[in-house]
Amino acid sequence: MARALINVPAKAKKGEIIEIKTMLSHPMETGFRPSDDGKLVPRNIIKRFVCTYDGEAVFSADLFPAISANPFLSFTLVATNSGVITFSWTDDNGQTQVQTAKIEVA
Amino acid sequence: MILRALWILPACAMLLAVAIAHAEIPAQERKSGAEFMSPQTQAMQADDASNPGMLAVLDGEAAWNEKAGAANKACADCHGAAEQSMKGVSARYPAFNAATSQPIDVAGQVNQCRAERQQAQPLRAESRELLALTTYIGLQSRGMPVAPPDDERLTPFRERGKALFNQRLGQLNFSCAHCHEDNWGRKLGSAPIPQAHANAYPIYRLEWQDVGSLQRRLRNCMSGVRAAPYSYGSLEFIELELFLAERARGMAVETPGVRP
Repeated sequence: MARALINVPAKAKKGEIIEIKTMLSHPMETGFRPSDDGKLVPRNIIKRFVCTYDGEAVFSADLFPAISANPFLSFTLVATNSGVITFSWTDDNGQTQVQTAKIEVA
Repeated sequence: MILRALWILPACAMLLAVAIAHAEIPAQERKSGAEFMSPQTQAMQADDASNPGMLAVLDGEAAWNEKAGAANKACADCHGAAEQSMKGVSARYPAFNAATSQPIDVAGQVNQCRAERQQAQPLRAESRELLALTTYIGLQSRGMPVAPPDDERLTPFRERGKALFNQRLGQLNFSCAHCHEDNWGRKLGSAPIPQAHANAYPIYRLEWQDVGSLQRRLRNCMSGVRAAPYSYGSLEFIELELFLAERARGMAVETPGVRP
């Protein structure tokens, strides 16, 4: 499993705008780069990122080969209720990595 | 009249010597490479949530606690928590290794421990696993001043490192000092020339899209002046590391640094 850095405030007030930061360890191989034997390294990038808040998709992104390795995504949410925020990254091989964070809204 | 003219000669010779030697950077003018970066890159390094070097730290933390080799021991089995046992270690390396009578850097020390205590295969230079461990160990010294040991036995190696730093090499025939002592703060193409202080390694270099060691960075500069780079782990590199540590004495460790 690849490493992921997720920054979600543990607590927030109801209605507060919170900043979420995520970074996944991933090479974002473009498919244009030759390896040592001269053959092209097959493309392997994160294609899709989805963030759900209590089961509802609140932020998603399509990623493309020009995006750097270890893609860093930062966005804001409105804290509505206590719950689980889920992050999922899907790559070209169809593998999906899921990470979760809990938030307490008072 | 003749006598008066004669005393000027040695004075002239001294002036000439000063003009040829490279201007060493005075302590109050020393700047970390981070100060030459854009505010965006500085912010990236300053926030652990956005510093990609922290991904290597996470890998390193896992490797620290993972059993390896015939001895089936993890780093943590002997050294305990890295937060205590590795505090300040990167700040004082390279150190003198009595067994080989040679200086050794952190990466070399990790591999020596693997061979002797874990009875495991050494990690390949610049491999993901080795960089993860050296970055994790380096993080434990973050904020501490670079403090190379006052070990007499290191002096000849450090002196050779200094000579290498001032040695012209490659088709472009530049020494490290030509750029990093005589022309720091100016530009090479569009890139600012930093003072080449080794206080943030291993670094996450945006150009590499990955974490890399000081030796990888030095190899980059060497191919930049069209010289054949020394090989990883060579004595020349350890000697240069020793001199660079002395040159950056007292500066804060920034590991894992982010560089453009």
